[in-house]
Amino acid sequence: MEIDLSRPILARNDKLAEGNRARLAETGVFALDVLASPGAGKTTTILATIAALRERYRIAVIEGDIASKVDAEKVKAHGIPAVQINTGGACHLEADMISRAFDALPLADLDLVIIENVGNLVCPTEFDLGQGARIVVLSVPEGDDKPLKYPGIFAMAEAVLLNKVDAISFFDFDETAFTDSVRRLNGSAPIFRMSAKTGEGVAEWAEWLAGRIEASK
Amino acid sequence: MHEMGITQEVLLNVVDAATAAGATRINSVTLTVGGLTDVVPDSLQFAWECLTPGSPAEGAVLEIVESGGRSVCLQCSVEFDHDKFDRHCEACGSFATQVIRGDELRIEHIDVDLPEADGTGEE
Repeated sequence: MEIDLSRPILARNDKLAEGNRARLAETGVFALDVLASPGAGKTTTILATIAALRERYRIAVIEGDIASKVDAEKVKAHGIPAVQINTGGACHLEADMISRAFDALPLADLDLVIIENVGNLVCPTEFDLGQGARIVVLSVPEGDDKPLKYPGIFAMAEAVLLNKVDAISFFDFDETAFTDSVRRLNGSAPIFRMSAKTGEGVAEWAEWLAGRIEASK
Repeated sequence: MHEMGITQEVLLNVVDAATAAGATRINSVTLTVGGLTDVVPDSLQFAWECLTPGSPAEGAVLEIVESGGRSVCLQCSVEFDHDKFDRHCEACGSFATQVIRGDELRIEHIDVDLPEADGTGEE
Protein backbone atom coordinates (compact mmCIF):
# COMPACT_ATOMS: atom_id res chain seq x y z
CA MET A 1 0.00 0.00 0.00
CA GLU A 2 1.21 3.47 -0.85
CA ILE A 3 1.26 6.10 1.89
CA ASP A 4 1.47 9.70 0.73
CA LEU A 5 3.88 11.78 2.81
CA SER A 6 4.49 14.86 0.60
CA ARG A 7 6.67 16.67 3.09
CA PRO A 8 10.05 18.38 3.01
CA ILE A 9 12.85 16.00 4.03
CA LEU A 10 14.18 18.67 6.38
CA ALA A 11 10.76 19.50 7.87
CA ARG A 12 12.05 18.97 11.41
CA ASN A 13 14.94 21.42 10.91
CA ASP A 14 12.63 23.87 9.10
CA LYS A 15 10.21 23.84 12.04
CA LEU A 16 13.01 24.48 14.56
CA ALA A 17 14.28 27.29 12.29
CA GLU A 18 10.82 28.88 12.34
CA GLY A 19 10.95 28.66 16.15
CA ASN A 20 14.30 30.48 16.12
CA ARG A 21 12.87 33.09 13.76
CA ALA A 22 9.90 33.70 16.06
CA ARG A 23 12.22 34.02 19.05
CA LEU A 24 14.34 36.60 17.21
CA ALA A 25 11.24 38.55 16.21
CA GLU A 26 9.96 38.57 19.81
CA THR A 27 13.25 39.87 21.17
CA GLY A 28 13.92 42.24 18.26
CA VAL A 29 17.22 40.61 17.31
CA PHE A 30 18.56 40.30 13.77
CA ALA A 31 20.59 37.16 12.99
CA LEU A 32 23.16 37.10 10.21
CA ASP A 33 24.45 33.72 8.95
CA VAL A 34 27.95 34.01 7.49
CA LEU A 35 28.97 31.28 5.02
CA ALA A 36 32.41 30.80 3.47
CA SER A 37 35.10 28.23 2.90
CA PRO A 38 37.82 27.69 5.52
CA GLY A 39 40.35 30.50 5.40
CA ALA A 40 38.19 33.02 3.51
CA GLY A 41 38.44 35.37 6.48
CA LYS A 42 35.07 34.83 8.16
CA THR A 43 36.26 35.59 11.68
CA THR A 44 38.31 38.63 10.59
CA THR A 45 35.33 39.89 8.57
CA ILE A 46 33.05 39.43 11.58
CA LEU A 47 35.50 41.33 13.81
CA ALA A 48 35.71 44.15 11.24
CA THR A 49 31.90 44.25 11.05
CA ILE A 50 31.67 44.41 14.84
CA ALA A 51 34.18 47.28 14.92
CA ALA A 52 32.06 49.17 12.38
CA LEU A 53 28.73 48.62 14.13
CA ARG A 54 29.36 48.18 17.87
CA GLU A 55 28.62 51.82 18.67
CA ARG A 56 25.16 51.43 17.16
CA TYR A 57 24.19 47.87 18.02
CA ARG A 58 24.57 45.37 20.83
CA ILE A 59 26.23 42.40 19.16
CA ALA A 60 26.96 38.75 20.00
CA VAL A 61 28.53 35.97 17.95
CA ILE A 62 27.79 32.27 17.57
CA GLU A 63 30.84 30.40 16.31
CA GLY A 64 30.31 27.12 14.49
CA ASP A 65 33.33 24.88 14.10
CA ILE A 66 33.92 21.16 13.90
CA ALA A 67 36.25 21.50 16.90
CA SER A 68 38.16 24.06 19.04
CA LYS A 69 37.25 27.30 20.79
CA VAL A 70 39.78 29.57 19.08
CA ASP A 71 37.23 31.66 17.16
CA ALA A 72 34.99 32.29 20.17
CA GLU A 73 38.09 33.26 22.21
CA LYS A 74 39.11 35.75 19.50
CA VAL A 75 35.68 37.37 19.59
CA LYS A 76 35.52 37.44 23.41
CA ALA A 77 38.91 39.15 23.46
CA HIS A 78 37.13 42.11 21.84
CA GLY A 79 34.58 42.25 24.64
CA ILE A 80 31.77 40.69 22.61
CA PRO A 81 29.69 37.78 23.99
CA ALA A 82 30.39 34.62 22.02
CA VAL A 83 29.09 31.06 22.10
CA GLN A 84 31.12 28.28 20.53
CA ILE A 85 29.27 25.40 18.91
CA ASN A 86 31.42 22.36 18.18
CA THR A 87 29.63 20.17 15.67
CA GLY A 88 31.96 17.25 16.37
CA GLY A 89 32.46 16.40 12.72
CA ALA A 90 29.22 17.68 11.19
CA CYS A 91 29.91 19.91 8.21
CA HIS A 92 27.22 22.53 8.88
CA LEU A 93 25.11 24.10 11.61
CA GLU A 94 21.49 23.05 12.13
CA ALA A 95 18.57 24.91 13.67
CA ASP A 96 18.59 22.97 16.94
CA MET A 97 22.24 23.93 17.57
CA ILE A 98 21.33 27.61 17.09
CA SER A 99 18.36 27.24 19.42
CA ARG A 100 20.68 25.95 22.17
CA ALA A 101 23.19 28.74 21.47
CA PHE A 102 20.37 31.30 21.84
CA ASP A 103 19.69 29.83 25.30
CA ALA A 104 23.24 30.80 26.28
CA LEU A 105 22.95 34.40 25.01
CA PRO A 106 21.21 37.42 26.61
CA LEU A 107 18.92 37.83 23.55
CA ALA A 108 16.76 40.50 25.21
CA ASP A 109 19.84 42.72 25.52
CA LEU A 110 21.04 42.28 21.92
CA ASP A 111 20.32 43.77 18.49
CA LEU A 112 22.47 41.58 16.26
CA VAL A 113 23.68 37.99 16.45
CA ILE A 114 26.30 37.04 13.88
CA ILE A 115 26.46 33.30 13.22
CA GLU A 116 29.74 32.03 11.78
CA ASN A 117 28.79 28.81 10.05
CA VAL A 118 31.22 25.92 9.60
CA GLY A 119 33.70 26.68 6.81
CA ASN A 120 32.06 24.94 3.86
CA LEU A 121 30.53 26.14 0.58
CA VAL A 122 28.17 23.19 0.08
CA CYS A 123 26.56 21.63 3.12
CA PRO A 124 25.14 24.64 5.03
CA THR A 125 22.94 25.78 2.15
CA GLU A 126 20.07 23.34 2.73
CA PHE A 127 19.77 24.01 6.47
CA ASP A 128 17.68 27.02 7.46
CA LEU A 129 18.76 28.37 10.87
CA GLY A 130 16.02 30.99 11.25
CA GLN A 131 18.43 33.77 10.27
CA GLY A 132 17.35 37.18 9.01
CA ALA A 133 19.92 37.13 6.23
CA ARG A 134 22.55 34.84 4.82
CA ILE A 135 25.73 36.09 3.20
CA VAL A 136 28.73 34.44 1.58
CA VAL A 137 32.33 35.62 1.93
CA LEU A 138 34.72 34.66 -0.85
CA SER A 139 38.39 35.65 -0.67
CA VAL A 140 40.47 36.59 -3.68
CA PRO A 141 43.04 33.75 -3.30
CA GLU A 142 40.24 31.18 -3.69
CA GLY A 143 39.77 32.20 -7.32
CA ASP A 144 37.09 33.83 -9.47
CA ASP A 145 35.62 30.49 -10.57
CA LYS A 146 34.03 29.56 -7.23
CA PRO A 147 30.46 30.59 -8.18
CA LEU A 148 30.73 28.07 -11.02
CA LYS A 149 31.78 25.33 -8.62
CA TYR A 150 29.46 26.13 -5.71
CA PRO A 151 26.42 27.67 -7.38
CA GLY A 152 23.94 26.88 -4.61
CA ILE A 153 25.51 29.13 -2.01
CA PHE A 154 25.98 32.07 -4.39
CA ALA A 155 22.39 31.70 -5.61
CA MET A 156 20.95 31.95 -2.11
CA ALA A 157 23.25 34.59 -0.59
CA GLU A 158 21.64 37.97 0.07
CA ALA A 159 25.02 39.68 -0.19
CA VAL A 160 28.40 38.56 -1.52
CA LEU A 161 31.57 39.84 0.18
CA LEU A 162 34.71 39.67 -1.92
CA ASN A 163 37.37 39.71 0.78
CA LYS A 164 41.16 40.22 0.65
CA VAL A 165 40.96 42.66 -2.30
CA ASP A 166 44.13 44.25 -0.91
CA ALA A 167 45.95 41.17 -2.26
CA ILE A 168 44.28 41.11 -5.69
CA SER A 169 47.41 42.15 -7.60
CA PHE A 170 49.14 38.93 -6.47
CA PHE A 171 46.47 36.64 -7.89
CA ASP A 172 44.98 36.01 -11.33
CA PHE A 173 41.52 36.93 -10.12
CA ASP A 174 39.22 38.00 -12.97
CA GLU A 175 36.70 40.29 -11.25
CA THR A 176 34.57 40.71 -14.37
CA ALA A 177 34.21 36.95 -14.73
CA PHE A 178 33.44 36.64 -11.02
CA THR A 179 30.76 39.34 -11.10
CA ASP A 180 29.23 37.86 -14.24
CA SER A 181 28.99 34.36 -12.81
CA VAL A 182 27.45 35.67 -9.57
CA ARG A 183 24.88 37.68 -11.56
CA ARG A 184 23.84 34.65 -13.61
CA LEU A 185 22.97 32.91 -10.34
CA ASN A 186 21.68 35.81 -8.32
CA GLY A 187 20.27 39.00 -9.75
CA SER A 188 19.77 40.83 -6.49
CA ALA A 189 22.71 40.28 -4.12
CA PRO A 190 25.08 43.24 -3.89
CA ILE A 191 28.78 42.40 -4.21
CA PHE A 192 31.00 44.24 -1.72
CA ARG A 193 34.72 44.52 -2.49
CA MET A 194 36.48 44.64 0.82
CA SER A 195 39.47 43.79 2.93
CA ALA A 196 38.70 42.91 6.52
CA LYS A 197 42.42 43.35 7.22
CA THR A 198 42.91 46.89 5.86
CA GLY A 199 39.32 48.01 6.40
CA GLU A 200 38.77 48.87 2.74
CA GLY A 201 35.08 48.56 1.82
CA VAL A 202 34.01 47.50 5.33
CA ALA A 203 31.94 50.68 5.85
CA GLU A 204 29.84 50.04 2.72
CA TRP A 205 29.13 46.45 3.73
CA ALA A 206 28.34 47.48 7.32
CA GLU A 207 25.88 50.12 6.05
CA TRP A 208 24.06 47.47 4.02
CA LEU A 209 23.82 45.27 7.11
CA ALA A 210 22.62 48.20 9.24
CA GLY A 211 19.94 48.83 6.61
CA ARG A 212 18.77 45.22 6.91
CA ILE A 213 18.74 45.42 10.71
CA GLU A 214 16.66 48.62 10.61
CA ALA A 215 14.29 47.17 8.00
CA SER A 216 13.63 44.16 10.23
CA LYS A 217 12.46 46.30 13.15
CA MET B 1 28.77 14.79 3.12
CA HIS B 2 25.57 16.36 4.48
CA GLU B 3 23.71 13.62 2.58
CA MET B 4 24.18 11.38 5.63
CA GLY B 5 22.22 13.80 7.85
CA ILE B 6 19.59 14.31 5.16
CA THR B 7 19.17 10.54 4.77
CA GLN B 8 18.80 10.20 8.55
CA GLU B 9 15.87 12.63 8.36
CA VAL B 10 14.34 10.57 5.54
CA LEU B 11 14.69 7.39 7.59
CA LEU B 12 13.17 9.01 10.69
CA ASN B 13 10.13 10.27 8.75
CA VAL B 14 9.65 7.00 6.90
CA VAL B 15 9.88 4.76 9.97
CA ASP B 16 7.46 7.04 11.87
CA ALA B 17 4.90 6.94 9.04
CA ALA B 18 5.24 3.17 8.54
CA THR B 19 4.92 2.51 12.29
CA ALA B 20 1.85 4.75 12.52
CA ALA B 21 0.25 2.77 9.67
CA GLY B 22 1.09 -0.57 11.35
CA ALA B 23 3.20 -1.64 8.37
CA THR B 24 5.02 -4.98 8.52
CA ARG B 25 7.50 -4.07 5.82
CA ILE B 26 8.67 -0.98 3.94
CA ASN B 27 9.12 -1.80 0.25
CA SER B 28 10.15 1.52 -1.21
CA VAL B 29 10.61 5.20 -0.47
CA THR B 30 10.24 7.85 -3.17
CA LEU B 31 11.99 11.23 -2.91
CA THR B 32 12.13 14.27 -5.14
CA VAL B 33 15.55 15.91 -5.22
CA GLY B 34 15.83 19.23 -7.03
CA GLY B 35 18.68 19.69 -9.47
CA LEU B 36 19.42 23.13 -8.01
CA THR B 37 20.15 21.75 -4.54
CA ASP B 38 23.61 20.75 -3.38
CA VAL B 39 22.43 17.22 -2.66
CA VAL B 40 23.98 14.38 -4.65
CA PRO B 41 21.55 11.48 -5.35
CA ASP B 42 24.36 8.89 -5.45
CA SER B 43 25.45 10.01 -1.99
CA LEU B 44 21.88 9.66 -0.71
CA GLN B 45 21.82 6.07 -2.06
CA PHE B 46 25.14 5.34 -0.39
CA ALA B 47 23.91 6.79 2.91
CA TRP B 48 20.66 4.78 2.60
CA GLU B 49 22.68 1.57 2.20
CA CYS B 50 24.73 2.47 5.27
CA LEU B 51 21.86 3.53 7.54
CA THR B 52 19.01 1.13 6.82
CA PRO B 53 20.44 -2.30 7.76
CA GLY B 54 18.99 -3.27 11.14
CA SER B 55 16.27 -0.61 10.84
CA PRO B 56 12.59 -1.17 9.93
CA ALA B 57 13.48 0.13 6.45
CA GLU B 58 16.05 -2.60 5.83
CA GLY B 59 15.74 -3.80 2.23
CA ALA B 60 13.54 -0.89 1.14
CA VAL B 61 14.39 0.57 -2.25
CA LEU B 62 15.18 4.29 -2.32
CA GLU B 63 13.72 5.82 -5.49
CA ILE B 64 14.98 9.30 -6.28
CA VAL B 65 13.17 11.44 -8.83
CA GLU B 66 15.34 14.34 -9.92
CA SER B 67 13.58 17.57 -10.85
CA GLY B 68 15.27 20.01 -13.19
CA GLY B 69 15.64 23.74 -12.58
CA ARG B 70 12.89 26.02 -13.86
CA SER B 71 12.48 29.74 -13.20
CA VAL B 72 10.20 32.60 -14.13
CA CYS B 73 11.58 35.94 -15.32
CA LEU B 74 10.37 38.79 -13.12
CA GLN B 75 10.83 41.23 -16.02
CA CYS B 76 9.22 39.51 -19.02
CA SER B 77 7.35 36.67 -17.23
CA VAL B 78 8.80 33.95 -19.48
CA GLU B 79 9.26 30.57 -17.79
CA PHE B 80 12.38 28.66 -18.73
CA ASP B 81 14.40 25.57 -17.83
CA HIS B 82 17.99 26.01 -16.73
CA ASP B 83 20.92 24.23 -15.11
CA LYS B 84 22.25 25.03 -11.65
CA PHE B 85 24.93 27.38 -12.94
CA ASP B 86 22.91 30.03 -14.74
CA ARG B 87 19.46 31.32 -13.82
CA HIS B 88 19.34 34.47 -15.94
CA CYS B 89 16.59 34.95 -18.54
CA GLU B 90 17.77 34.15 -22.07
CA ALA B 91 14.68 35.83 -23.54
CA CYS B 92 15.21 39.37 -22.22
CA GLY B 93 18.61 39.13 -20.53
CA SER B 94 17.28 39.96 -17.06
CA PHE B 95 18.99 38.60 -13.94
CA ALA B 96 15.82 39.13 -11.89
CA THR B 97 14.35 35.64 -11.93
CA GLN B 98 12.67 33.37 -9.43
CA VAL B 99 12.99 29.62 -9.12
CA ILE B 100 9.72 27.72 -9.48
CA ARG B 101 11.11 24.18 -9.57
CA GLY B 102 14.34 22.40 -8.81
CA ASP B 103 15.03 23.48 -5.23
CA GLU B 104 12.89 20.83 -3.54
CA LEU B 105 14.01 18.10 -1.14
CA ARG B 106 10.83 16.16 -0.53
CA ILE B 107 9.62 12.77 0.64
CA GLU B 108 6.78 11.94 -1.73
CA HIS B 109 5.46 8.57 -0.63
CA ILE B 110 6.35 5.17 0.74
CA ASP B 111 5.12 1.73 -0.26
CA VAL B 112 4.51 -0.65 2.66
CA ASP B 113 3.00 -4.06 3.41
CA LEU B 114 0.20 -4.06 5.95
CA PRO B 115 -0.76 -7.12 8.06
CA GLU B 116 -2.93 -9.64 6.13
CA ALA B 117 -6.62 -9.14 6.90
CA ASP B 118 -7.88 -12.53 8.18
CA GLY B 119 -11.46 -11.82 7.12
CA THR B 120 -13.02 -12.87 10.47
CA GLY B 121 -13.67 -9.33 11.58
CA GLU B 122 -12.09 -10.05 14.95
CA GLU B 123 -9.85 -7.47 16.53
